Amino acid sequence: MSMSHTPYHPRWHRERISVWWWLGSARYARFVLRELTSVFVAFFALVTLAELRALGRGPEAHARFLELLSRPWMVGLNALALAFVAFHTVTWFNLAPRAMPVRVGGRRLPDALVAGANYAAWLFVSAAIAFFLLRR
Amino acid sequence: MHRITPLLWLLFSAGGTVAALFYPVHLLLLGIAFPLGWLAAPGYDSLHALVAHPLVRLYLFVFISLPLFHWAHRFRYTLYDGLQLKHLTALIACLCYGSAALGTLAAAYALVRFAG
Repeated sequence: MSMSHTPYHPRWHRERISVWWWLGSARYARFVLRELTSVFVAFFALVTLAELRALGRGPEAHARFLELLSRPWMVGLNALALAFVAFHTVTWFNLAPRAMPVRVGGRRLPDALVAGANYAAWLFVSAAIAFFLLRR
Repeated sequence: MHRITPLLWLLFSAGGTVAALFYPVHLLLLGIAFPLGWLAAPGYDSLHALVAHPLVRLYLFVFISLPLFHWAHRFRYTLYDGLQLKHLTALIACLCYGSAALGTLAAAYALVRFAG
């Protein structure tokens, strides 16, 4: 992910590459799908912001927002977002041991242990949030 | 831009972790299970009381802001590489990080006003 690039030079020969270059192999497609998860992350950040604003404006505004959330196309969009965000979670946790190796006493902890700790934290956090939203 | 690259990477990384940990359960409950009636949604008053708590509002600020910067960073490179727009580097960076900053300001404003 370097910021620098070689400026276009008209006297050089450059092979044109299609913008669909990543559809050629499963590896590249998976890479681009992983990068596109960020679009759904931003989408849900904005949905949460909108719900927060509706909640602050009063019961009627919030009821109108909930009505929007329950429209079929919106539920479909959220289901698609959940699929992409879950893909983000799994790829993020599986990369974590390689992006930030954990060392204890000079020895690198096994990747599976670090990834496992991330999955355990995910489970704990999800249960805690569900508790706050579902308690009566 | 080069000087703040480490900061942008830190925001990308922190936002990615927040989204990975917290987004799936929020999406599942608020985006799917409550609208479809699979589970009983909290009423307006209990939800309002929950968000009125300062710690919950701090949580929501982090929940909205950091993942927006995560998106900005990732989407920026997706545009460069995927659509081959390397010549528009500065413009794309300004649009992406600027949008994330705007979203952060909007979240801060909504959360501060919520108290009153």
